[in-house]
This record gives sequence, C-alpha cells and structure tokens, in this order.
Amino acid sequence: MSITSVANSTRRVKKTHKALSSPWATAGAILIAVVWTVPTFGLFVSSFRPAADITTSGWWTFFTNPNVTLNNYAQTLDFVSSGVTIRQTLVNSLTITIPAAVIPITLALLIAYALAWIDFRGRHVVFIAIFTLQIVPLQMLLVPLLKLYTGGVTLAGVQIFSGLGANSLGSGFAQVWITHTMSALPLATFMLHNALATIPGEVMEAAQIDGAGHGQIFLRLALPLAVPTIASYAIFQFLWVWNDLLIATIFTSGRNAPITKTLADLSGVYGQQWYLLTAGTFLAIIVPLCVFFALQRFFVRGLLAGATKG
Amino acid sequence: MAKRYLTLGLAGLIVATMGLAACTPDTPPAKDNLVVTIYGTPTGSEGAQWEASWQAWAAANEITIQYTGDRDFTTNISTKIQGNDLPDIAVFPQPGLMKAVIEDGKVKPLDAVTLGSVTQNFSADWQSYGTVEGEQYAVPLDASAKGYIWYSPKKFAELNATIPTTWAELMTLTDTLATQTGAPVWCAGFNSGDASGWPGTDQLAEYVLSASGGAVYDQWVDGTVKFTDKPIADAFTAMGKILLDPKYVNAGFGDVASINSTSFGDVTIPLASGQCLMTNQATFLAGFFADAKTADGETPVVAEDGDIWAFMMPPVAGTPSVMGGGDFAVAFSDDPAVAKVMAYLASGDYATSLITVDGASFITANKGVDISKQSDPLLAQAMEVLISPTTIFRFGAGDAMPSVVQQAWWKGMVNWINGVDQAEVLEQIQAAWADI
Repeated sequence: MSITSVANSTRRVKKTHKALSSPWATAGAILIAVVWTVPTFGLFVSSFRPAADITTSGWWTFFTNPNVTLNNYAQTLDFVSSGVTIRQTLVNSLTITIPAAVIPITLALLIAYALAWIDFRGRHVVFIAIFTLQIVPLQMLLVPLLKLYTGGVTLAGVQIFSGLGANSLGSGFAQVWITHTMSALPLATFMLHNALATIPGEVMEAAQIDGAGHGQIFLRLALPLAVPTIASYAIFQFLWVWNDLLIATIFTSGRNAPITKTLADLSGVYGQQWYLLTAGTFLAIIVPLCVFFALQRFFVRGLLAGATKG
Repeated sequence: MAKRYLTLGLAGLIVATMGLAACTPDTPPAKDNLVVTIYGTPTGSEGAQWEASWQAWAAANEITIQYTGDRDFTTNISTKIQGNDLPDIAVFPQPGLMKAVIEDGKVKPLDAVTLGSVTQNFSADWQSYGTVEGEQYAVPLDASAKGYIWYSPKKFAELNATIPTTWAELMTLTDTLATQTGAPVWCAGFNSGDASGWPGTDQLAEYVLSASGGAVYDQWVDGTVKFTDKPIADAFTAMGKILLDPKYVNAGFGDVASINSTSFGDVTIPLASGQCLMTNQATFLAGFFADAKTADGETPVVAEDGDIWAFMMPPVAGTPSVMGGGDFAVAFSDDPAVAKVMAYLASGDYATSLITVDGASFITANKGVDISKQSDPLLAQAMEVLISPTTIFRFGAGDAMPSVVQQAWWKGMVNWINGVDQAEVLEQIQAAWADI
C-alpha cells in the first residue's frame, strides 16, 4: 500500500465518521429508533388499559383518559389451555429452550473444532455438506422426524432405535430438544467454525509444541477465544427456540407446550380475547430480554468475529 | 480467566436445565389409569369446557383423558397422520377433511357398541357425515346452529317492534326502525384475520338454504350450482339490501366499508350499548358480551327479558332450516380404553353432560340428550330444532366446500362490501373452483 492510498483511506474513514456523526444523521437515527419503538410502546401502554378501552379506542387516548389496570396480566397469568396455565408454559418454555440451546452449541463446538483444526481427509467436503444442510426447510423435516420418533429405526431387520412413544401427545420433551438440535446444527457449526478458524495457526502450533493435545487446546485455547461467538450464537438460538411455534405445536402435547403455543390460544377460539395478547406478549418477552441484555456485550463482537473471516 | 467462567456458566446452565426438567410437572397419569389422548381444535376456556364434559366419567372409569387443543388442528393433523404420529382420538371440526382422512385408511371403524349408539342417537343427516363406503367411522360430538339475529329486547319494546316471522317482515321491520331512529339499525363485522369475510359467507349461505332449499344448497356445495347462478346471485342481492345500504348499516361503527374493519366479535359493543339494534351471528356470540357494556355501564344480561337476546333468522320460503356445524370424533386406535371412550362420547349421557358444563353453551344433535337440563332457552330451542325430524340441517356451505373456494369466497365477501360490482365478485369466487 502506497503512502497516498493510506492517506486516502484515512481521509475516507474520517469522512464517513464525520457523515455518520452529523446532526442530520443523529436526527435520522433517532427518528428510525422512534418509528421502530412506537408500536411496541403502544402495545405496552395497551397492556395496562381495561379491555373495554382497548377494544374501543387507540392506545394514544390513554394519555387523555388514563385508566390503569393490571387485570390483563392477572387474567393472562391464570389463562388455561389444554390443561396448563401460562405460568406453567413459561416453565415449559425454559425447559425446552435451555437444552435446545446448550445441546446444539456443545455439539457444534466439537464439530467446528474438528473441522477447523484437525487435519483429516475430506474435512472440507464434510464442512460444505453440513453447511448446505441449512437450505433444508424445517417444514420438510416434520413428517420424517415424526416417523422416526413414533416408529423408531429398523435397519436390515434389526431395530436400532425403538422410538420415543406411541404419539407425541403422550410423550415428553426429548423429541423437541432433538428436533431443535437438528435444525440448529448446520448454522451453529458454520458460525463457530468461522470463529475457531480465525485463531492464528502460530498460536495453535505453539500450544502443540508445548505438548498440548487436542483436548487441552480445545478447552484452554479455542473455547475462551470463541466466547463472543458462542455468546452471540447463544442469543440467536435462544430467541429462535423461545419464539418457535411450529416445532412446539407438532411435537409437544398440550401439557408440555411452550408459552408461544399458549399465547396463540390466548385470544380465544373466536379471537374474542385478543386484548389479552398485549399482556401476554410482554410476559413472553421478559425472558428473551434478560438473555439479550445479559449477553449483549458479546453480541456485536460476536457478529463481526463470525463475519470477517470466511 | 474467561475459561473458568465459561465452564462454570455452562455447568450451571446444564444443572439448571436438569433441575427444571426434573421439577416440571409432566402429569404422570395415576399409576393404574389408562391414558387416552384426544387431539382437537378448541383451546383455552373452550378447550377446558370440553375437558370438563368428560372429566367425571373418565375419573369414574379410571381412564385419564389427555386433551390437546391446537388452533391449527386442520393443517397439523395431516402432518401428524403422514408422520404416523396418531392421537388415540381426533376431533374434526368439519366433515370434509375428516372424510379425506378416513379414506386414507388409518381411522378405525366404530365397534358394535358405539355404532349402536350412533345409529340410535343421530339422524341420517348426521350419520352420513361419518360414513365412508357404508362403514361408520365418526361420532358426532357437539353441534352449533348459525343464523341467529341478536337484538335488544328492551330497545325493541321501547320502539314497539315485534319479532318478525318471515324474511319480508324482517325487511319491513328494518325499514320501520331505521325511519323511527333515523340511524342505521344493523351492525356487522367481517374482520377475522386471515379468515376475514366468513361472517358474510355464513349469512349468505343461510339465505340460500332458506330461500332455495336443501337440494339447491347441496348442488351449490358440490359445485354444480355456480356462484353466478340465479339462486346465489339472488341471495347476494337480498343480503345487499341490508349490508350494502348505508341507511341500514353499520350501526355504531360508520359506513358500509367499516363492516370489513370491524372484528366480528366487536358487534357486541354497540349492540349492548343500544346503538345497534340487530346483528346476524351464531349462538356463540353469547360468549362475547362479557366485555361489552350497556348504556348504563353495566355488563349486559343475555336473556329473553334482559339486555340482549336472539331469534332465529326468519325463513325466506316457509320450511324451517338450520345451517350449523359440528365436531366429530374418530379413533385411530382400537385399544379397549379408546373404544370405551368412543362409546361414551356417542351416548345420551355424554350429550347431557356436555350441555350442562358450567359456563359453556354447547348444544348437540344427539337425540338421547335430556333437553330439560339446558337452562338457557335459546340453546334449548336450538337443540329442539336440530333434533326435530322435519328440520333441514346442513353444514355451513363454506366449511363443506374445498378450502380454495372457501377462501376465495371469504375474500369475495370483503370485496363485495368494499363496493366491487356484484357480478364481478361472483365470477371471481366461481373462478376458484377451477383451482382445486
């Protein structure tokens, strides 16, 4: 790089920086933020208004006619569908989401490390194969997976896996965990592989020369360096599973349903209780918000770490 | 020492998960009870009312019935059947889909006991919905009757209005009331998310059934009578005399177009407050008044001498007819416990237990029912009409047509209200028959 081009690029960076911090840009950013937040804010305000007010007037009339009630929240918490209350489905959601985030990340870390740092024949093919699996849509998996869980696997007359139960309405959480794990692995492997691959080869070699095996390198070197990516992927995975409705409705029984399914039921068969959704939505986003704020300092770092090195 | 934190964090998470999994109530059935799973559409309180209808019997017979409600039952049941993930009993909200599933071959035919009850307790109309190739597969559970005109008895008394007995009288009454009050008298709401327009399709089908009779109605449902044909076009014209006339609609909401933006359940609000005098909706509307307020700020009383009541849509051409719906149970398992549950569901005892569920407004077409146990005169009357051998009963036309046509029809009703030319709307709906 010549001196002039360095000077040029520095100037360009400065220019961009200046453009982005101009009052106009700031005003624009604030405007966008407001536009994005207003609907959520309206929902939040609505959740504290009495049902009759919600159904007859807009949330903005709250400021001229402030009627506050916690009734929506009370009614939502006591709402029962298929034999469980919203409270229980919140617990169900955690029971589904935590393993469905921990299991794929753990597996993907091991796979990603092997693909990035263990030199075996065909590892690139394996990596590309795993990555391309991402294009299989979830809907395509439903029927084969249901068959697998109910019928098990029989190979050449030998039963390898007997299935998880006669039908998903009578069985537990395992099939939900397995399904989420399967659908998450391709992307998780890809992202973590990219994070692990950015570790300089010299560091790895140095560790090997010092006598560290793959186990030690993985635990002491690769894992700590991949923390930002793990954290940001954990946020994603947590949110996906938390917000999932499709897998939940197909693979769980009513009693094991997560909050998303009960939320969908909350408005009533004919939608007559739709005003409760305001409160229900806020109950459902508390946990993801906590997760996001707890891990957010890794978030941007992790995104970049995954993106810059292909 | 990021590594240590990470390890600690992960370990913590895993322990927490195991703890959660361990303490989650996975409702282990009491040891000796047999478990029967039922999969159906109603969720929330409607689902809970269903569960209540068989609870006492199940407890007495040491069977645990695990009910799972799913709003997307009609799409998900197909996935589950393909994946061999079969509930013991599935409850279908409409006969069309159920017949397709039965033809698929995974449904078990009824055993002798259940078959006996079904033949004894249900009319030929109802039995035919669950019959495929001469074999009976389904037990009709509950029923619903559409075509009720909801009104305010107090307002009617104030305005000296009497309940019409023919369609012509209803039209006269509409005009008289509109002149008396100088405001629209009818309110309607067609908004229902993805299914917006369905309240309109119901009203139209009721008119077709009442004006043209069962034979034309059946041909219309199977596609031989076209939407563009005279009986259907006439029904549109007749309904348009109310729904498209700004003199008569949309009380409490605005102009004709506001019908599309009004959620169908929200008609209870002007009806309760007295702004709207009449609205056409099924019996279930009774459940929507809990959040409405009368002009005095009270919760309206739904009763013959109360704030809100309903009369059946007066017949257009003489013969009493009812358009309605119903749920049907089919078994995917021939396990003895499942057979026992099916036999119970077909019995008159179950029908009586169903209509007496606390806070529910179930009706049934089961002749074994004890109607005297129904305290609500409106529902009792509806059941009498359903059970009466002279009544023409038909399923809602939309539910019985292919879903592509049904959706086109929903959309057509919305366009029709928005002012699109009637002939064009009819052609658009009819065109959907080509897509099936």
